[in-house]
Amino acid sequence: MVELRSEAIAAAKEEEDTPRRFLREAVRDLVFRKPLGAAGLAIILLMIAMALLAPVIAPYNPVANVYEKIHQPPSVENWLGTDQFGRDILSRIIYGARTALLVGFVSSLVGATLGLVLGVASAYFGGRFDLVFQRVMDVFMAFPLIIMALAVVSIFGTGVQNVILAITIPIIPRCARVVRASALAIREIPYVDAARAMGFGHGRIILRHMVPNVMAPYLIMLTSFMAQAILLEASLSYLGLGVQEPVPAWGLMLQGGAEEYAESAPWIAIFPGLAISLSVFAFNLFGDAVRDALDPRLRSD
Amino acid sequence: MHKYIIKRTLLMIPTLFGAAVLVFVLLRLIPGDTCELRLAGSGAYFDESALKICREQAGLNEPMAVQFARWMWGVVRFDFGYSMWTGRPVTEEIALRFQLSLQVAIMATITATILAIPLGAISAVKQNTWVDYVTRGFSIAGLAMPAFWLGILIILGLLISTQRFLGEPWMPPLEYIPLWEDPGRNLIQLIWPALATGYRFSAVATRMTRSALLEVLREDYVRTARAKGLIEKLIMRRHALKNALLPVATVIGLEFAFLIGGLVVTEQVFNLNGVGKLFVEAVGNHDYTLTQALVMLVALVFILTNFVIDILYAWLDPRIRYR
Repeated sequence: MVELRSEAIAAAKEEEDTPRRFLREAVRDLVFRKPLGAAGLAIILLMIAMALLAPVIAPYNPVANVYEKIHQPPSVENWLGTDQFGRDILSRIIYGARTALLVGFVSSLVGATLGLVLGVASAYFGGRFDLVFQRVMDVFMAFPLIIMALAVVSIFGTGVQNVILAITIPIIPRCARVVRASALAIREIPYVDAARAMGFGHGRIILRHMVPNVMAPYLIMLTSFMAQAILLEASLSYLGLGVQEPVPAWGLMLQGGAEEYAESAPWIAIFPGLAISLSVFAFNLFGDAVRDALDPRLRSD
Repeated sequence: MHKYIIKRTLLMIPTLFGAAVLVFVLLRLIPGDTCELRLAGSGAYFDESALKICREQAGLNEPMAVQFARWMWGVVRFDFGYSMWTGRPVTEEIALRFQLSLQVAIMATITATILAIPLGAISAVKQNTWVDYVTRGFSIAGLAMPAFWLGILIILGLLISTQRFLGEPWMPPLEYIPLWEDPGRNLIQLIWPALATGYRFSAVATRMTRSALLEVLREDYVRTARAKGLIEKLIMRRHALKNALLPVATVIGLEFAFLIGGLVVTEQVFNLNGVGKLFVEAVGNHDYTLTQALVMLVALVFILTNFVIDILYAWLDPRIRYR
C-alpha cells in the first residue's frame, strides 16, 4: 500500500516535471540543432523586451524636439545621433519597436487566422462554394500587397489601427490559398467522414478536426507574414501613408530627413534601416527553423 | 491540353471582372470625389453649382450602375477615357510610365536570375558547408533589407564615393529617357533601382533554387545516375538542374509580375515616375478613371503571368495532369 502510494507520488511528480522538461528539451534542441533559428528567436525576444521596457531603457523622450541638438552625430550623449528635430535616434528606435511589433503581430495573427479558417472551410465544403471562394481570392491576389494596402489606407485614413487593417486584409487570401491546399488532402482522410457520420456539425468538424491538422502550414505562413508585415508597415510609413508623426516608427524615421540630409547626416538614414533589417532578419531566421521543423519534406534525415 | 488552355483562358475573365468591381467600389468608398478635391484644393470660394458642373463633366452625377456600365463598355473597346485630374487620355498618361516600370522590372529580373541560379546551385551542392552558410546569409539579408533602405544606401554610397574620387557629388539623372533615345543615360539612371530591387528578388529566387535542387538531388534518378558512374557535372546539368528549375521559374515569373505594380516604394526613393508613383498620385487625387485603368493593368499583368506559368508547367512537365 505504502509502496503503491509512493509510486503514485513519483508518477505525479514526473507528470509535474514533464511540461518543464519538455520546454527545457525544446530549448536545448533549438539551440544545438538550429542555432540560426535560436539566434532569430533571441533577437525577437530582445525586441519584445525592448518594446515593453521602452520607457525604462530609452535615454530620452522620443517625441521631444530639442532644437539646440539638431543633426548631432553619434556621441556619448546620443549614441546614435539626433535627427532633424534634435530627437534622439536611439530612443526613437526603441519606441519604434512597439509600433513594428504591434503591427507585425496583430496583423499577421489576425490575417493568417482568418485565412486559416476560410481556407479550411473552402476545402471542407468544396463544390460550388469552393469555386466561388477561390475566384474571390484570385481577385484579391491579383494586386501586389502594397497596392492593396494603399487602397485600404486611402479609404480609412492613416494611423496605427488602419495600417494594421491595411496589412491584415491582403494577408488573408494568401494564407487561405496555402491552407486550402493542405486541407484538401485532409478532407479525404476517413476521420473527417467518421466525424460527419457521428453527426457533428460543420463548425465542429472544421475547427476541431481539420484546423489542428493544418497547423504546420499555418505556423509557417504566420512567421513569414510577421516579417512581411513589419516590412510593409515600414514601407507604408516611409510613403507617408502609414503611422503618422510624431509616433516613432522605423519607416517614418527614414521618410523625413533621411534622404534630404543623407550626405551631411547619414546616421539618420542608417540606423532605423538597420533596425528594420535586423528584425525582419530575425523573423526570417526563426521562420526558417519553424519550416524545417514542421515541413516533413524538407526535414534533413 | 487545348481544353486546359481554353478553360484557363475563360477563368481569367471572372477574375478580371471581379478586380474591376472591386476597384470600382473601393474607389467610391474613399471619402470625397475628385471635383470636391479640386475645387476645395484651389482655396477659392466655390458654390454648389460649380461642383455640379464639374461632376456633370466627369460623369459623376450619374447612378453608380450607369458609371460602371459605361466604364466597362469602354474597357471592352480598349477605351479607358480621360484622366479626371489632368484631362489627358489615360493611355497617354500611363504609356511612358509603364515603359519605365517595365524596364526596371526586366533589368531587376535579369540581375536576380544571373545571381540566383548559380548561387542557389552552389549552396545546394555544398549543403551545410561554409559556402552554403555564406550564400544563405547573403540571401536572407536580401530578404530582410527593405528595398527603399537599400536604395537610400546606394544613393548615399554614390554621393560619398563620387565626392571622394571625382571631387563633386554625382547623382543619377532624374529625368527618364527611353532606352532607344539615349541608351547610356537611360541605363545609368535605371541600373541603381534595378540593383536595389534585383538583390531582394535574387534572395527569393536563390532560396527557391537551393531547396528545389536539394529535393531533386534526393530523387532516385539522381542516385541511379551516380550509380552508373556519371560525372557529377553531367548529373547536375542533365538530371538535377533541369528538374529543379521549374519551381524557380515560377518564383521568378511571379516576382516579375509583382514588380510591375509593386515598385511603389523604390520609385519613391529614386524619384522615378513609374506606374507605382503614378498610382499613389492617382489615388491621392481621387482620379477614378486613371486609378481604375492602372489597377486593371497591374491585375492583367499578374493574371497573364500566372496563366503563362501554368501553361509552361503543363508543357515542360508531362507528369502534371490537367482536368
